[in-house]
Amino acid sequence: MAETDNKIREPLIELKDIYKIYQMGEEAVHANDGITLTIYQGEFVAIVGKSGSGKSTLMNIIGALDVPTFGEYFLGGEDVSDMEDDELAEIRNKMIGFIFQQYNLLPKLNLLENVELPLLYAGVPAEERKERAFASLERVGLKEKWKNMPSQLSGGQQQRVSIARALAGNPSLILADEPTGALDSKTSREVLNFLKKLNEEGNTIVMITHDSSIALEARRVVQIYDGKINFDGDVNEYAAVL
Amino acid sequence: MLQSFKLALKSIWSNKIRSFLTMLGIIIGVASVIILVSLVNGYMSSVVENFASMGVNQMSVRLTNLSSRSMDVDKMYEFYDLHRDLFAQMTPNVSLEATLKKGNDSLTSTSVGGYSEEYLDLKGYKLEQGRNIQYADIISRNKVCVIGYYVAQELFGGTEKAINETIKINGYGFQVVGVAERQDKDDLEEGGTDDFCWIPYSVAVKMARSAAISNYTFATVDVNDTDSCKALLEEFLFQTFKDEDLYRVTANSEMLDSLNEQISMMSAMLGGIAGISLLVAGVGVMNIMLVSVTERTREIGIRKSLGAKRGTIMQQFVIEAAVTSSIGGIIGILLGAGVTEIAGGIIGINATPTPMAVLVSFSVSVGIGLIFGYMPASRAAKLNPIDALRSD
Repeated sequence: MAETDNKIREPLIELKDIYKIYQMGEEAVHANDGITLTIYQGEFVAIVGKSGSGKSTLMNIIGALDVPTFGEYFLGGEDVSDMEDDELAEIRNKMIGFIFQQYNLLPKLNLLENVELPLLYAGVPAEERKERAFASLERVGLKEKWKNMPSQLSGGQQQRVSIARALAGNPSLILADEPTGALDSKTSREVLNFLKKLNEEGNTIVMITHDSSIALEARRVVQIYDGKINFDGDVNEYAAVL
Repeated sequence: MLQSFKLALKSIWSNKIRSFLTMLGIIIGVASVIILVSLVNGYMSSVVENFASMGVNQMSVRLTNLSSRSMDVDKMYEFYDLHRDLFAQMTPNVSLEATLKKGNDSLTSTSVGGYSEEYLDLKGYKLEQGRNIQYADIISRNKVCVIGYYVAQELFGGTEKAINETIKINGYGFQVVGVAERQDKDDLEEGGTDDFCWIPYSVAVKMARSAAISNYTFATVDVNDTDSCKALLEEFLFQTFKDEDLYRVTANSEMLDSLNEQISMMSAMLGGIAGISLLVAGVGVMNIMLVSVTERTREIGIRKSLGAKRGTIMQQFVIEAAVTSSIGGIIGILLGAGVTEIAGGIIGINATPTPMAVLVSFSVSVGIGLIFGYMPASRAAKLNPIDALRSD
């Protein structure tokens, strides 16, 4: 089913033979060792792997936080592989909404200001910025608390704020890095359900996790082992090989 | 931009104690520049004022090596009469080593001198009692005198009692015709401004046993004309003597000029020394900003991951440094102005911060923020978002 869908959709992420090599003293460490991966618009992909598997490195590259040593990366048709710092910042700002394990809200800004940040960097005028930030907070059910500081919220609520922040800029890709890593099982469920809902609304979601059971919530699973993809398929197939 | 200012204020406010300590250097630096410059200026302008009250419109002529065919009083008066439009007063000036005596009381410190009838106006004094020395007294060589308030008090016990009494100057009896108003309101003392005795110059010259008068004092009508008046006098003297070494004209305004020059030099020097403390304060700002960047690495990482460009981060930190130091600058100016006012009151001078000192120290403090904030800010801007996000 997914296969037929993909054929009519545009590819959003195209990774072609990506290598990321770190020089550790004498030794060259291949964190990503020839990864080729295409993700289409509207997909919900879990990238799963143990710590040290290279999944974080892959996330950094997909998230335009880093560039590969070799290989090509197209995001929405644009070649991101060897962009400068500021160009990458613009790509992150326009195309990607980040959801981090540690929420990464700015502790000295209130919720509204936190959600406004990506819009601020996009140069959205103040009025519109506020409007969109409020709308975004409303989607995660925290509009009334907009004046609160992050520290006044529970972990689950903070993660919802960071989801609101990710959504505010209306990005092509939502990139979630261990979004439930710091949450208890109940709030984890809430967050995952919310991500599913977002995906059903048409958002492309890439979720990085070390936890196979979390990966099962996605529709497609990519497993990384030793810097290489060793499984890529439908979540049901993945459940079968587990 | 406005957003950056708000952010900066917020960040400064959320670290009140540290921000204050950072500012403290700037505050002390700016305040000390203002205090030093203002106090020096205030003190010096009071000196200048005192000096000016001695007559900036005056110039003295001193003739040296007077020979037989030298200038006499009449020639000097001829010149003076010719230029009444420029000169307000003129007097020959014959000072005497003299002792004043009245009965058994005597005064040795009194400055005794022979002058013309215009000397009172030239000094700008008024009479308390009696009359001034008159032209007739000079012509007829009358032994009359005008005495200062101190002399009247000491010898006669009052100004009224002195009039028409006789005092002995080096043995010659002089009739007191006038007493000048008290000049020094604070002190009435030996050798002070009120301890004087004026007699007609014609009498004084005889008593001095000198053939001619070698000192004259001129006062100009307009203070601004002193230069041209001096030139005129010198030209006249040169035509008479044909030798520049035989006379010397000194304008009080020249001394005032050199005094003013010294003042501005001194205040620039003191301001410069205080400026060094501003420089030290700048290093303090840089230090704190560097700490702040290190501390906020994670914040910078988050901002960068959300799309903040280098320039944006840079701007945020530079503005924060500049705002910190300009707030310090403003506090410093206020503090400096306050201390100047109080200290000025205690010393008893009229000291107000000069606009120049305020302007310079404020812009220096803003500049320090910009310059010393630059390095930490560029370090912040260049942080790698991945490493920055990973830090705690």
